[in-house]
Amino acid sequence: MNNHKKNKYIDQSFKVLGILFTMLGIFILGVLIYNIVIAGFTRINWDFLTSLPSRKPERAGIYTAIIGTLDLMLLTVLFAIPIGVGAGIYLEEYAKKSKFSSILEINISNLAGVPSIIYGLLGLGIFVRFFGFGGSILSGSLTLSLLILPIIIVATREAIKAVPHSLKEASYGLGASKWQTIKNVVLPSSFGGILTGIILSLSRAIGETAPLIVVGAMAYVPFVPHSIFDTYSVLPMQIFSWTTRPQQGFAIAAAGAIIVLLIITFVMNGIAVYFRNKWQKRLK
Amino acid sequence: MEKTKNIKLEKDSMKDETTLSNGSRIEAKDVKVWYDDFMAIKGIDMVIKPNTITAFIGPSGCGKSTFLRLFNRMNDYVEGFKMEGKIKINGDSIYKKKVNVEQLRKEIGMVFQKPNPFPKSIFENVAYGLKIQGIKDKKLIDERVEKALRQADLWEEVKDNLKKSALALSGGQQQRLCIARTLAVQPSILLMDEPTSALDPISTAKIEELIHHLKEEYTIIIVTHNMQQASRISDYTAFFYLGELIEYDKTRKIFTNPEKKQTENYITGRFG
Repeated sequence: MNNHKKNKYIDQSFKVLGILFTMLGIFILGVLIYNIVIAGFTRINWDFLTSLPSRKPERAGIYTAIIGTLDLMLLTVLFAIPIGVGAGIYLEEYAKKSKFSSILEINISNLAGVPSIIYGLLGLGIFVRFFGFGGSILSGSLTLSLLILPIIIVATREAIKAVPHSLKEASYGLGASKWQTIKNVVLPSSFGGILTGIILSLSRAIGETAPLIVVGAMAYVPFVPHSIFDTYSVLPMQIFSWTTRPQQGFAIAAAGAIIVLLIITFVMNGIAVYFRNKWQKRLK
Repeated sequence: MEKTKNIKLEKDSMKDETTLSNGSRIEAKDVKVWYDDFMAIKGIDMVIKPNTITAFIGPSGCGKSTFLRLFNRMNDYVEGFKMEGKIKINGDSIYKKKVNVEQLRKEIGMVFQKPNPFPKSIFENVAYGLKIQGIKDKKLIDERVEKALRQADLWEEVKDNLKKSALALSGGQQQRLCIARTLAVQPSILLMDEPTSALDPISTAKIEELIHHLKEEYTIIIVTHNMQQASRISDYTAFFYLGELIEYDKTRKIFTNPEKKQTENYITGRFG
């Protein structure tokens, strides 16, 4: 009886502790967002969104940074998703189990943990210098692609692993080839998981600053990029540069830019979650 | 224009009937199978006659499922699988290098232990095998789907809900759907790996009845753990034990007067 009471007590206290820990994370995030919104919300208006950067904080806008961020993300998606998903499919469905493939596996997981600045230096060496793309939007997106590839590959593999073996057998049993099985059974069933990985990786990419500084993203770009070889700025870059300025006005502008960056991230995630849920409903 | 189309269709359906009415003959010669170092099948010779139902019985791990899955080369994907010996279907060796495995599996349909419908609609499930063959003729697909569902005795239950998800069906219905999906490809041999072990007695009875009807057009091999099922539905029974074929004879003989002591012990429930 005593033991029973003790267990119940432990059970209850762990539950309370768990709630506290959960709330702590959300609470800190809430305080941060509250502070940012208080500081920067009044700064957001149409002019702020459509003006070019300026030396005067009151006139500075984030138009070029928004466009730069969107362009960069679009290109990164174009490069990273086909390569990452393709590599994931290969490793999970085609690669034979061997020493080589297990070394490959471990290293891909390791790559996901490499600091982003290292990717920046890699991008500087390969894309900026060797291929001569310079500090262009192309170099930036290729570098970010490298950064998020491991995340997409690992997520793709996990999602494919979760597809029941019985479904693949059913497909093979009906005379489907490997590719037909992947296309008609494996990918539709793992699409939700793959999309989750893509969301996570893009959320990481959109906030990256360090590797982009190295491969030449600008803090001050007075024009919108017209081709993938143009220079560019991105929101995190703009925020970083504004927060280093002494004027109070730039701090407010930075807060405004942070809100915009958060909104872009949330909208992007929202769209992806919407598609994922819609897809999963279709399967049921 | 319409006339030629009709004639063509008629020809197609005639061809279907000739292939359907002939089940296929299976021959195994000194077949041995390894998974890495483990020898799962230790040299089996066997001939399975066309248009018969053959039951494979034996305790778990005796190799009966492995042996069944040799006939449509389903073991090819298993890590460490190695095989020796010959398996011939209608005289053609199916483990030669040149064999088109996809084509082979269209000839030899398989129904699995657990119902495994695709997370697609009922119609799409049955049409899957046709679509991967590149058949685009909508009318032909519609016809084949209906025919297969009728053969699997499921048509009346689902004909108004063909667009509904297959996952919404009951377990027994799902298994009949899987049978229909296999029949739609028009194989000549049906391999069934414990097709009723996950089902309730009523669904089981329905599927057994179905198997009985299908015998006229197909050669059927069924793996089962259920002695009564083997004795009820099969013409021939093969008893496997530890990777060997212990006894293979007419079902009535096996269940009334088996030659080997091991067989008798197993079917009377003294071990296994």
